[in-house]
Amino acid sequence: MEKKDQDPESKSAKNISRRGFIRGAGLSTAGSVLLSSNVLAFDYREHPAKGKEFGPGAMTIKMKVNGITKSISVEPRTTLAAALRDHLGLTGTKVVCDRGACSACTVYLDGKPVNSCIMSALDVGDKEVTTIEGIAKNGELHPVQEAFIEHDASQCGYCTPGMVMSCVHLVENNPNPNLEDVKDATRGNLCRCGTYPHVFKATLEAAKKMI
Amino acid sequence: MDTRKEKFPYGIPGHNLGEIEREIPMEEPPVWPVNDELKVIGKRVKRIDALEKVTGKAIYTSDIKLPGMLYAKMLRSNVPHATISSIDVSKASSLPGVHAIHLIENAPKEGGDGGTNTYPMVKYVGQPLGGVAAESLEIAKEAVSLIKVNYEKKPFVIDMESAMEINAPIVFDAPITQQQDGGDVGETHDGSKGEGNVRGPSTSSFFGGPRGNLEEGFNEADVIVERTYRTQVHTHMPLETHGVVVDWGADVMTVYASTQNTAAVRNEMASVFNLPKSKVRVICEFMGGGFGAKHSAGSFGPMAANLAKKTGRPVWLMLDRKEEHLAEGNRPNSIQYLKIGAKKDGTLTGIQQRSHGTAGVGLGAGVGRIAQILYPCPNFATEQYDVLTNAGPGAAWRAPGNVQGAFGLEQAIDEMAEKLDLDPLRYRDRIDTSEVRKVERQRGAELFGWSRRQPPGSSTGVVKKGLGVGQSTWPRFVTLDSSVEIKIHKGGGVEIRSSVQDIGTGTKTIIAQVVAEELGLQVKDIKVNIGDTFFPVGPGSGGSVVTGSITPPTRNAAFEAKMALLKLVAKKWETDSSELYVEDGQVGHKANADLKMSFKEATKLMRTSQISKIASRSDDYGGFQQPWGLAYGDLGSVQFAEVSVNTETGFVKVDRIVAAHSCGRPLNIGQLESQINGGVIQGVSYALYENRVMDNGTGHMMNANIDQYKVPFSMEIPEIETIIVEEYSGRSSTDAYGIGEPANIATAAAIANAVYNAIGVRLYEIPITPSSILKALRNVS
Ligand code: FES
Ligand code: FES
Repeated sequence: MEKKDQDPESKSAKNISRRGFIRGAGLSTAGSVLLSSNVLAFDYREHPAKGKEFGPGAMTIKMKVNGITKSISVEPRTTLAAALRDHLGLTGTKVVCDRGACSACTVYLDGKPVNSCIMSALDVGDKEVTTIEGIAKNGELHPVQEAFIEHDASQCGYCTPGMVMSCVHLVENNPNPNLEDVKDATRGNLCRCGTYPHVFKATLEAAKKMI
Repeated sequence: MDTRKEKFPYGIPGHNLGEIEREIPMEEPPVWPVNDELKVIGKRVKRIDALEKVTGKAIYTSDIKLPGMLYAKMLRSNVPHATISSIDVSKASSLPGVHAIHLIENAPKEGGDGGTNTYPMVKYVGQPLGGVAAESLEIAKEAVSLIKVNYEKKPFVIDMESAMEINAPIVFDAPITQQQDGGDVGETHDGSKGEGNVRGPSTSSFFGGPRGNLEEGFNEADVIVERTYRTQVHTHMPLETHGVVVDWGADVMTVYASTQNTAAVRNEMASVFNLPKSKVRVICEFMGGGFGAKHSAGSFGPMAANLAKKTGRPVWLMLDRKEEHLAEGNRPNSIQYLKIGAKKDGTLTGIQQRSHGTAGVGLGAGVGRIAQILYPCPNFATEQYDVLTNAGPGAAWRAPGNVQGAFGLEQAIDEMAEKLDLDPLRYRDRIDTSEVRKVERQRGAELFGWSRRQPPGSSTGVVKKGLGVGQSTWPRFVTLDSSVEIKIHKGGGVEIRSSVQDIGTGTKTIIAQVVAEELGLQVKDIKVNIGDTFFPVGPGSGGSVVTGSITPPTRNAAFEAKMALLKLVAKKWETDSSELYVEDGQVGHKANADLKMSFKEATKLMRTSQISKIASRSDDYGGFQQPWGLAYGDLGSVQFAEVSVNTETGFVKVDRIVAAHSCGRPLNIGQLESQINGGVIQGVSYALYENRVMDNGTGHMMNANIDQYKVPFSMEIPEIETIIVEEYSGRSSTDAYGIGEPANIATAAAIANAVYNAIGVRLYEIPITPSSILKALRNVS
């Protein structure tokens, strides 16, 4: 199974200053394998930006989201999550921990899941962003979304967009997942309502239907 | 009063189902048979708002964006105890993009403790002091960091046992009263009695006070178990934090709130700003979790409104993760002393309980009523003390008090069983008089495979397996002030309105099911518009009251509207409306199969564009135990846990939980399973993982985030199987109750008992961590 993009070298074309505060472009699924830290394979090495300086004021960038390219004006400190929610009105992406520990803010960057709360909007560059709003195509739900409805895989629903993003990515990349695969794919997704058993069931059912 | 008599299903299908005659108000609908004979009720009906949730289209309070809206951030104390000599906002107010700063000041009449000062006395780290509204959240945050608060620090005390000492710094030197959203449901804890930081004791509940004579009880006993149990403070951590968006228009103040109680928030805001309730509108369409902590407008509600007033613009104010941990509620800890006595045959002769708990600067740290009522025992007394500390206030947390209490009691009962040389399950058969728990024990034991259980500590190998059980009870609470309006629109739409909110429990869906069942329609035909105080007042989502409070008036209103519609059809068909029925979207005639009309056609007979009926919760059939809404019966549950304990690493894994529950007439099986799963997972978390860690030297919470505040993620989720036992008692037109609290009560005790069964050493304190397991094992070897 493909992991989330962890490659710190995959920088956007636009190098900017003040990016050190958000270290590394994207992060693996925030996991909880250890008691002390939820973060897997986080790359702590600094990669000082070269080239032109931007900021601290706002600047206009282009971002391709769910197939449509839009211009937005963001400050260097604007995260991808904030750009999506506050500038593009895509509030399906949720911010819960704001530090890469819960995966509520999961979006895809060129098809790979990243935590948008710890990614700079300026780092997106030419990559295409997919959010929860872009998962249903032409009004047709993805099988994972159908299965989430069928198996009651949301309670309050606040974790649901992030869960759906993790589970869709799994079934799109692993045609025959087992329970452990689903747990692995959602290992960074916090659900305080405790909906996990239904999320597991729904995802396995969706995968079956997709074969 | 006009009443009639009807026979209701009574008892448990497959066990003792019979009938009972009840006298019911004439205007209420006829009895519903058991679920097997109903079409929509008791089925796996899909959540009606799931589509919005899975597509990201559900708009939560935190998602709201209004034209001209400003973002606000609160200023909070970073010392645990101090008076404030001055606050300098000059740098913050000159930051570009800042629109207003509001500081919380002592109202002259509220003087009280520290009342000679301009600003309230600081009592804990994270206490709200003020707020800033700015063009973006980033600017608001920056502005808050530029505000300089000058403190005159005072001695403080953070940990409970130090706070109980005679020379401890005093948190409050005046009597205090119960926090609005703290503590146990329906009980008050006395904050005026007691000395130093210790307040209380509370010795009674709505189930009465002490019983019998403890000394005699213990004299009669052949066996005594006497232990002290400890539980930790843990915080609610809902995914969506507390917060509001306030849009204070010329006529009405609209408050979008992430709340479990729209009506309470409306009442608080109206009272703070001296507005008539009719001019405050609270709306909560989707909300991201509460678990008991979100019943109030808090200080963030009035703060957002003050900033909206100052700026003339809508204000968004949601807390961040850290603020949520520090200031918006937690389940108090407990140190519980428990002594129980029994005769050789197991008959309980005495239960004595004494507890201390801290809800920080709040009250309500009792351990509930479990020890008082779970098992009949002639001699009983409890003393429950609150200890004040310089930490954030507690709040109701899913089955407040009872979760702590069950952890102690259900372990003590297990220990008693062992001393009596009885299987823990058989011992409960002997002392528990509840029929529903008897059935739950039978069905649960079979599904779980209880017969596999080996004597404690007999599991061999490094990883030891253990099985355990825990039981619980929760009262059937009803909020009488629960009303619903139904509208049948000409041309066919059906709409339900109430201020009751759906906090993720599925309230919208069960309301639609009840109406669909009554009107012979499908769930998709019903539009549920709730979570708005411009509609009739519904209950708050706490104490598992919602289902039992809102579904009977929902059905009654639907029935009344249906009768009004049938009268119109009867007139057209020149017959009597009592001869008519509605089923599968058709109105028909009982005696004449030729007379048929679709529901939609029938609505076209209306002279007005709608039929509208409002109903409020009536008294239970046969009345209440307490007139304020304590119903007869209870919500009993039994949970079984299977664990693996690694004796080399101390690591405990919960492999499996079987949770057997009752909630009267079950309405929606899928949603019930979801809630039980959630309660169990939170119970696993309580037993093994989460813990608010405070630094006693600074008063700061050390793990006020998600990465270090350990809760279970997917890798720690056990296999969970649920058993839902139907239990009919004919007390209302739906006979249905909630499951929120019951699901969370017994889990930690069941796990602790299973851990004991695995390793043969008992742990009296949660969370059970690898280090506590290793320490316990070292002590015996
Ligand atoms: S990981 Fe981004 S909000 Fe938690
Ligand atoms: S459904 Fe509420 S947090 Fe997951």
